[in-house]
Amino acid sequence: MLDMSGFPTELSGENTPMVSFRKVRKSYGALTVLDDLDLDINAGEMVSIIGPSGSGKTTVLRMLMTLEQINSGVIYVDGQPLTHMPKGGKLVPANERHLRSRRADIGMCFQHFNLFPHMTALENCMEGPVQVLGLSKAEARDRSEELLELVGMIAKKDQHPSRLSGGQQQRVAIARALAMRPKVMLFDEVTSALDPEVIGEVTNVIRGLVSEHNLTMLMVTHQMGFARDISDRVCFFYGGKIEEQGHPSELFGNPQRERTQQFLSAVREAV
Amino acid sequence: MFDWKWEFAWEILPRLVTATGNTLLAAGAGYAIALVLGLALAIAQRSPYRGLTFVVREFVEFIRSTPLLLQIFFIFYVGPQFGIRLSPWMSGMIAIGLHYSCYLSEVYRGGIDSVPKGQWEAAIALNMTTVQKYRRVIIPQAIPSALSGMGNYLVGIFKDTPMLSVIGVAELIHTANAIGSEHYRFLEPFTMVGIIFLAISLPAAGLIRLVEGRVRRKLGLK
Ligand SMILES: Nc1ncnc2c1ncn2[C@@H]1O[C@H](COP(=O)(O)OP(=O)(O)OP(=O)(O)O)[C@@H](O)[C@H]1O
Ligand SMILES: [Mg+2]
Repeated sequence: MLDMSGFPTELSGENTPMVSFRKVRKSYGALTVLDDLDLDINAGEMVSIIGPSGSGKTTVLRMLMTLEQINSGVIYVDGQPLTHMPKGGKLVPANERHLRSRRADIGMCFQHFNLFPHMTALENCMEGPVQVLGLSKAEARDRSEELLELVGMIAKKDQHPSRLSGGQQQRVAIARALAMRPKVMLFDEVTSALDPEVIGEVTNVIRGLVSEHNLTMLMVTHQMGFARDISDRVCFFYGGKIEEQGHPSELFGNPQRERTQQFLSAVREAV
Repeated sequence: MFDWKWEFAWEILPRLVTATGNTLLAAGAGYAIALVLGLALAIAQRSPYRGLTFVVREFVEFIRSTPLLLQIFFIFYVGPQFGIRLSPWMSGMIAIGLHYSCYLSEVYRGGIDSVPKGQWEAAIALNMTTVQKYRRVIIPQAIPSALSGMGNYLVGIFKDTPMLSVIGVAELIHTANAIGSEHYRFLEPFTMVGIIFLAISLPAAGLIRLVEGRVRRKLGLK
């Protein structure tokens, strides 16, 4: 039994972060992918994660979306434990029921969109609200059409994903995630699978979300310029840990750590 | 060479038509059981409960490695010793349903495995329950690749119904045999049964292919 005494059953106080990773560890066999990670994200903050391949960036998002279990530590969302639940004044690993109740705060967009191929764009967006949130079809349709409008996909709402370009599919996927009204949105390299000429249409949608919505966002990206433009904070990951983090102007303009400097100059050379 | 008697053929036709109905009923009911139970077995084999997964996997393996005929005899003759007394009809449909559910579960399993991992993850990200995941996301995508296998087993079940004659179900073979013994004429009844099987199996296979294409298109997959 792991000692959970260092982890409160909930976080409270004025500056409670929206997301809090506390000593989160994840390993696959002998490979440690997240190494006692501590990471707080404040409500309304846009945080970008950059770093070399294999440094654990995607893993951070997957743990927060509860796609897999962590090995130790606790993740809190909006002050409540996500990966654990309180029992007799202590935290124990979450069961499916607890996960379902806490997961509603989080939405995610994937590198390969993962739209449901047997549903149209509109049906993809309505699916969660109708099935999971229990909205009426009419309500869900209104909400979904509004969001498809927001991402510029309303004209294609009756198309199946197979008839849409990558950029279009990704915009629908963003609308689908937003339709669940999450507090936290996760983006995992949402432009990496796209042709260069359509990257802009997706990044513009995310830009719009940053300026107009009070969402908390965590984004993994390889687009340094984009991360610099829109982030409140950038975290440079190395070996399952945050090697350095800060405001984009500092991190990109004046990186302190040698590994950050190496990574950034390698990325710049590649461009 | 042949002394085919049309008059006799006409005379026995009504009995064979009734028997055809019985055969179709047995095949249809057995198939319905197999479709539902097969899906349950396929999903159970993917459940996170190790014990359940193990038991179901062994059960499927066991059923698939023993003859249908044995299972029919077992349910009908051995069942009563365990206090399960079923009519020939009931025993037959259950045996066929059970037997084919194990084959269908493999077909479903293949279909379910063909659904990309990202679809499961998208379903989790939408906070779906396990039932919602299967019903709304996984099964609709698993069905198209399972369809041809499902169709093959429908024809397979139909052709296996004669096995029910051994416990006295009045399907086609049983009826043809009875007619033959009553009149000492086997040429007409068995020839007619062959033609009936052919007349149903062949169009059924074509129909299945048609339905397959339709379902695929309807689900927006090609
Ligand atoms: N299911 C898994 N089984 C085994 N190892 C895994 C699994 N998932 C991820 N890993 C390993 O964990 C490490 C971190 O993976 P992760 O996907 O988080 O990296 P990343 O920083 O997102 O990299 P990239 O920039 O290439 O996407 C990698 O070494 C990867 O091979
Ligand atoms: Mg990654």
